[in-house]
Amino acid sequence: MNFSFSPLGDQAIVIEVGQEINEKVQERVRAIAALLEADPLPWMVEIIPAFTTVTVFYHPLATLYETVQQELEERVQHISEAVAGEFRTVEIPVCYGGDFGPDLDFVAQHNGLSPEEVIEIHTSGTYTVYMIGFAPGFPFIGGMSEKIAAPRRDSPRLRIPERTVGIAGMQTGVYPIETPGGWQLIGRTPIRLFRPEQEIPSLLRAGDKIIFRQISESEYHSLKEEQHAEDH
Amino acid sequence: MLKIIKSGLQTTVQDLGRFGFQKYGVIVSGAMDPFAHRTANLLVGNEENAATLEIAMVGPAIQFEEDTFIALCGGDLSPEIDGTAIKMWRTVAVKEGSVLKFGAPRTGCRVYLAAAGGIDVPDVMNSKSTYLRAGIGGFHGRALKAGDLIPTHPVSPGHAASLLHATDNELEWKIAAPRYFNEPIVRMMKGRQYELFNNDSKEKIFSEAFSISSHSDRMGYRLEGIKLSLEEPKELISEAVSFGSIQVPADGNPIVLLADRQTTGGYPKIGQVASVDLPLISQLKPGDRIRFKEISVEEAQKRYIEQEYQIRQLKIGIYLKREEWK
Repeated sequence: MNFSFSPLGDQAIVIEVGQEINEKVQERVRAIAALLEADPLPWMVEIIPAFTTVTVFYHPLATLYETVQQELEERVQHISEAVAGEFRTVEIPVCYGGDFGPDLDFVAQHNGLSPEEVIEIHTSGTYTVYMIGFAPGFPFIGGMSEKIAAPRRDSPRLRIPERTVGIAGMQTGVYPIETPGGWQLIGRTPIRLFRPEQEIPSLLRAGDKIIFRQISESEYHSLKEEQHAEDH
Repeated sequence: MLKIIKSGLQTTVQDLGRFGFQKYGVIVSGAMDPFAHRTANLLVGNEENAATLEIAMVGPAIQFEEDTFIALCGGDLSPEIDGTAIKMWRTVAVKEGSVLKFGAPRTGCRVYLAAAGGIDVPDVMNSKSTYLRAGIGGFHGRALKAGDLIPTHPVSPGHAASLLHATDNELEWKIAAPRYFNEPIVRMMKGRQYELFNNDSKEKIFSEAFSISSHSDRMGYRLEGIKLSLEEPKELISEAVSFGSIQVPADGNPIVLLADRQTTGGYPKIGQVASVDLPLISQLKPGDRIRFKEISVEEAQKRYIEQEYQIRQLKIGIYLKREEWK
């Protein structure tokens, strides 16, 4: 298997495992991440797995670039034997449209569909989380149907409420915290994706399979209350 | 306990950052000028990672609720206590009820206030740094405002006695305080996508001066000057970024990513600022200028190790003196 290595400044190294986004490359990224997490090298500070790369951070006081590259090369040679870990399936309930999804109609019109058809297509797929990044717990989710793809907004919204579900191109995702953003907003989930009080603060992890399920507004409120009660 | 009388522009609690959670999209945060933060802590006998207040541009007014010791390191924002100017980069004894204020920025724009014992706020994901956008860490996840009472850890009598000695003796710790310029030359390594840029951009990044735009904050500094562009347009796949990554969005104006940077980014990176020079950037104000000079990864690591060695010497020197005075 071919890997290339390059520095990200004087305190990190990038392992590139592929040139394009696909499930195979994603599995390799996940396998390397799992291998390094299970048995970290002594100089490792932390790692960031992305679509096609795993970046490893280190302190130059502990070791220098050349050694870092050598030791990582040795380590990832055995990657074929490593397991990417079991995937989990996580269901995300979504209340579509209305105030929660002000762009549902736009997405429908853009694709010549009715809003109901958009919801049906969005809830019928099984998705894969490729990476977590951009914001805490924000999942980059692949595998959405082209039938409901929609361009980003020309000008990003300044505030998107937390837990809003959006579409950008052929990606779909959920904003875990309130942030500015340019995705088309189609609904909201009562589920919290960012959980700073927990040991693993992100509900979702790379490799997870995602299913979206439509819920009514009253179910949204009762699920949200349930979760609120659990949290306190 | 520190009482905030006036908020200033943006005062936040910071330590050296929140590590280990970037894989979950959680940013590192932490002091923009880690050298100043660490030195301030050492001068009042704290651990380097203890929480300090990061004060930017327009300082707050702070009243001390008991006798204590502080150190101010970083940019010179004309600090004074009860109307008398105080020295930077050294240990200062303060009396209960006295008030610290700031004036016009002379050099730099961020100063770190370390109080003996350290700022006492809860750890969130192993760090006391404020992550404003997520509203976590620091003091209730936000910048400080008038009326806030910021607790500090208590200091032992031995600790206090040694600090009193340090201030009484007009002791010079011989700190090679960085000189903050408003047009620094900053050393930069070529980035992972450097080769994708056109020849003009590859050359001009090292020959032209850029100015700091007013759209700059703890997340990143936008630079204005000549526009940089790729040889041919290319869609890149998001990957990790770090403190000092210089990325170039489609408008051609480079952005230097800083303490509150996002964990990943999809813009091409033309370069990466050497870690030792990050304080020089973090202390720049809108309108200041910057020039880049090439450095290899090897050389950047060498300079980093040298700087760490200096901090260690300072640390040992302070420790030995304080043991003597206890």
